[in-house]
Amino acid sequence: MAEPLLRVHDLRTYFYTENGVAKSVDGVSFEIAAGETVGLVGESGCGKSVTALSLLRLVRPPGRIEPGSQILFDGRDIVTIDEKSMREIRGARMAMVFQEPMTALNPVFTVGNQIAEVVRVHHGGSKKEAWTRAVQMLEMVGIPSPEQRAHEYPHQLSGGMRQRVVIAMALVMNPALVIADEPTTALDVTIQAQILELLRDLQQRLGTSILLITHDLGVVAETVSRVIVMYGGEIVEEAPVEELFKQAHHPYTEGLLNAMPQVGHERERLATIPGSVPPPTDWPKACRFHDRCPYAWDRCSAEHPPLYQIGAGHVSRCHLADEPQRRADKHEPFVTKVMA
Amino acid sequence: MSDVNTARGVQRSLIGRLWRHKSARWAAAIILLLVVAAIFGPMLTSYTGSEQLDIVKLKNMPPSWHHPLGTDQYSRDLLTRVLLGARISLAVATLAVLMSMTVGTAYGLISGYAGGVVDSIMMRVLDGFLSIPRVLLLIAVLTLWNPVPLSGLIVLLGATGWFGVSRIVRTQTMTTRHVEFVDAARALGASDTRIVWRHLLPNIITPVIVTATLAVGNVIALEAGLSYLGVGAREPTPSWGSIFLDGVEFFAGNWWVVLFPGIAIVATVLAFNVLGDALRDVLDPRQLHGGPALPAGKPAPSSNANAPLTLGTDPIQNG
Repeated sequence: MAEPLLRVHDLRTYFYTENGVAKSVDGVSFEIAAGETVGLVGESGCGKSVTALSLLRLVRPPGRIEPGSQILFDGRDIVTIDEKSMREIRGARMAMVFQEPMTALNPVFTVGNQIAEVVRVHHGGSKKEAWTRAVQMLEMVGIPSPEQRAHEYPHQLSGGMRQRVVIAMALVMNPALVIADEPTTALDVTIQAQILELLRDLQQRLGTSILLITHDLGVVAETVSRVIVMYGGEIVEEAPVEELFKQAHHPYTEGLLNAMPQVGHERERLATIPGSVPPPTDWPKACRFHDRCPYAWDRCSAEHPPLYQIGAGHVSRCHLADEPQRRADKHEPFVTKVMA
Repeated sequence: MSDVNTARGVQRSLIGRLWRHKSARWAAAIILLLVVAAIFGPMLTSYTGSEQLDIVKLKNMPPSWHHPLGTDQYSRDLLTRVLLGARISLAVATLAVLMSMTVGTAYGLISGYAGGVVDSIMMRVLDGFLSIPRVLLLIAVLTLWNPVPLSGLIVLLGATGWFGVSRIVRTQTMTTRHVEFVDAARALGASDTRIVWRHLLPNIITPVIVTATLAVGNVIALEAGLSYLGVGAREPTPSWGSIFLDGVEFFAGNWWVVLFPGIAIVATVLAFNVLGDALRDVLDPRQLHGGPALPAGKPAPSSNANAPLTLGTDPIQNG
């Protein structure tokens, strides 16, 4: 494959707070090819949303992208280009779909007006052309009678409809990459499925790359081809989606998979990963997961694990790759499984 | 398809809502009547406001067919003078409020949007301004600048009236700029200017409109008070306050010279206050746009205290 669309190298985004430096994203590297759909998965606080904001350079003070980080997009380094060029990229080449369709739309303008606004910011042109384009987009994202709907205000639409509008706004300039930050979390389950279907469909029709950020592995399974798992501001595992579900390597990924509710299991309570994500000002030394890990041994608190190659396109930040027999010693990794 | 204009839809529902608000209907009708009277009234009477008709025979005439509100001690027709006074009082108050709202909104927007050190400095400066008693400052300045032209009066009233509203705007800006649609706009390529104009201003304007309406009433009372104290509009310019001042001297003989401008002042101020309160109800963004998208748009109750006039310059109470 030629040069990827996006290449992130050693991205570090730190927040300088009163309680110390929060290393929310701490040395993340990954690539997204043109037309590829990638999932970014992790618990709250693992750094996935900050990664997304960094890609669009929307991190606010006291946060900042550390020097030495590189985000190559379209052959340009997002970290260093000037603000004007950055504005031209935002919305036109790289766009974002936000989590909360209730608040992601401006309540005082009609939805058609808001989509047309994006066209006018980037293209100029007449209001009428922009409006026509907006109506087309509403139709494309599956909103019935788009010409009338375009005249409605956000509060007149349901949550699912609003999220469709938000997606239409993100796609109106036909960007090369769309970052979708928990696009379905705020929606009903049935609507979630529809929105995911829509994203998948649009991705195929337009050839857009999508970075799908979620804490829900179920969402990832249906939508993406490759998964990146983050923990403690780092990538801990990366694999093609089937492989990740069949043979996850990192104990954290294993924990996430075990925590998924599954139909047909007589298990009455869900497994959980004990403990919680440590504060980003104070990551554990060495392996950042070792204090929650069922396999942890002395090496894990002494030596920071590198990304070990597990298979084709599969890497894992866990010393188990070095000493696989230690996994075999334990049969039931997450003992929190409870039989009522 | 052609109607890309959004303000229209909002306006339509706004007028409908105001109409259904009973006291607002009355207040709006009174204000409308006043505006019409101020614009056309002086053209319809057969006198000019400063014309002394007959200083011997026609002075201090009680209300009659020829002089519905009577005449004053200089034999001038009081109806004409009160109508001219409406023109001056409304014009001065409206322009002064327009000025203070513009300045206050701009100041609050910049302060709230910039945040950080800029915000701290601007707010400390504002605290300084707020600690100056407005009425005393006005009296002092107007005593030195005497007689003051109407334009000067407008500028002074405007320049001392924007502190309260800039605080409200700043607070609204700070809450609104963290609502997701502002981030979304930025993520789709909007510049700071565009975000402020298009995404912040329309969402924070509601309390400004309410404050402005209340402020018009207050400035009318304030201007009347200053004129009554002899430092506002001066003879022969007939502002309600100066007419009132004329009448007080001969109060026992010609009560009508005091009564009619007094009624005008009270009715006008009352109408603006009622309308302001009604607008506050009607413009509540949760009612207008539905959904919990924005924090409540109501200015804190104390905001009125920041708005003009707290001292006893109300001529009715004093006179």
